[in-house]
Amino acid sequence: MNTEVSIAGITFKNPVMTASGTFGSGMEYGEFIDLSALGGVVTKGVSATPWEGNPTPRVCETPSGMLNAIGLQNPGAELFIKRDLPFLRQYDTRVIVNVCGHTEEEYVDAIELLNDTSADMFEINISCPNVKEGGIAFGTNAKSVESITKRLKAVSKKPVIMKLSPNVTDIAEMARAAESGGADAVSLINTLMGMKIDIEKRKPFLANRTGGLSGPAIRPVAVNMVYRTAKAVKIPVIGMGGITSGEDALEFLMAGATCVCVGTANFREPYSTIRTVVGIEKYMRNHEIEDIHELIGCVD
Amino acid sequence: MNIIRQRMTVVSNDCLQPGIFSMWLKNRAITELAKPGQFIDFYLKDPSRLLPRPISICEIDRENDRVRIVFRVAGAGTDEIAHLDPGDTIEAVGPLGNGYKPQNDGAVLLVGGGIGIPPLLELAKQLKCKKTVVLGYRDENTFLADEFRQYADVLIATEDGSVGTKGFVTDCIEQNDVEANYVYSCGPMPMLKNVAKMAQEAGIPAYVSLEERMACGIGACLGCIVKTKEKDSHTNVKNARICTEGPVFLADTLDW
Repeated sequence: MNTEVSIAGITFKNPVMTASGTFGSGMEYGEFIDLSALGGVVTKGVSATPWEGNPTPRVCETPSGMLNAIGLQNPGAELFIKRDLPFLRQYDTRVIVNVCGHTEEEYVDAIELLNDTSADMFEINISCPNVKEGGIAFGTNAKSVESITKRLKAVSKKPVIMKLSPNVTDIAEMARAAESGGADAVSLINTLMGMKIDIEKRKPFLANRTGGLSGPAIRPVAVNMVYRTAKAVKIPVIGMGGITSGEDALEFLMAGATCVCVGTANFREPYSTIRTVVGIEKYMRNHEIEDIHELIGCVD
Repeated sequence: MNIIRQRMTVVSNDCLQPGIFSMWLKNRAITELAKPGQFIDFYLKDPSRLLPRPISICEIDRENDRVRIVFRVAGAGTDEIAHLDPGDTIEAVGPLGNGYKPQNDGAVLLVGGGIGIPPLLELAKQLKCKKTVVLGYRDENTFLADEFRQYADVLIATEDGSVGTKGFVTDCIEQNDVEANYVYSCGPMPMLKNVAKMAQEAGIPAYVSLEERMACGIGACLGCIVKTKEKDSHTNVKNARICTEGPVFLADTLDW
């Protein structure tokens, strides 16, 4: 049974990875699972300098989902390279570093700091809804998606995945723009912008007022966006949004995703990533599927 | 491994006051590791409620492999937990956080407010020095006060004056001239702020236990941070993770 997939010449032992921002740099969930069982770990966003993030409350639960407005708090590239990357390198798994910045220059700075490290790929966050500058500002206009992709591809020594926002009229158009800019792959979806109000206090629950919605609540939206995007571009698509199990992941694979990421499910069940790997294998055995490529994009 | 995900079995579940429940849960591995001031994340059966509910440990009974939690029903999630019967099980990860470091020299003051009171009970039990406990409640619906009396002198403040000093815990401490070398506190943020200020003025260290909305509970998501005066070594910014570096902090290290 073959579960190996590849993106931009990099092979993954299986298509299951972690979704950026839900898994830190693996250290915490490494207490629960063997990270070597995963196709890859996508790290929390790393910027050139440390970021403080947003005030609290930063998270709240919603039906079958949650809102977060962490604001990309991270220790900065230097400490990440010194502490977090060597930790991840102890495991036999691919390491994709999620990169964020307030300005195009800051993305470039981060990539230059990370270029000569052992990271396998970069995922560029142009879709975070919770920072005032950068993030989603680059991801909601096709022209700016294409131009930032081009700029970062020129700087990067590693394959580049552009992470797309669902908070647009047509995500497939953004994916095509990333492809024209030279992206090696696109990943989607980042969180959907949302809001929850505390009716007793008559105030938003989150200090940032709005946040990004994730979890099973967004899964059908994500499957549809992956499906449409996979039809629109030739580069590989990495799918995510509310995946909790092998069954959920298979929907994304069948919709055309080459890899999938498990995110918010980790909070409910620290073994979610492993459960997803096992679930896909079980399905393949039960349905006598020899190669996972028989499933990828099998839905018309 | 210091954190474990396991199934805990409900031994007993009693309603102490309207909306306040006391539950003993059996699990050897979690009980063996538990320290006062730590908490446990409880995972709900309702699949639409994704996030675990962090609840502090109120008592540890190593002889019988069980821990006690005393919690308030704050919404549908804690309501699900409150409806568990003896023999039922619940998935839990714990113990989490740093917990209190018991100091046994001199005199200690423990200050609890509302649902911040329970985690101080195990600490009161473990401290071997002279200790005074000040508990703050809204009204006459007090809970756990008699249990604290087994281990310490107890003073009570109620906002409506129905029991003990009328006012807040800080009023009660002032009126009773309580002297101490250390303060341990848990309760709502405004109370902790006042307790910290009082301790600072008296020149004694105060250990405060904080509460914040959490997602993962294990330090990965950075949902529950508190502003600190100095750069935190993990986050590399002036934010510490309440679930991991906390929930107990030396008050002086926080940026109030």
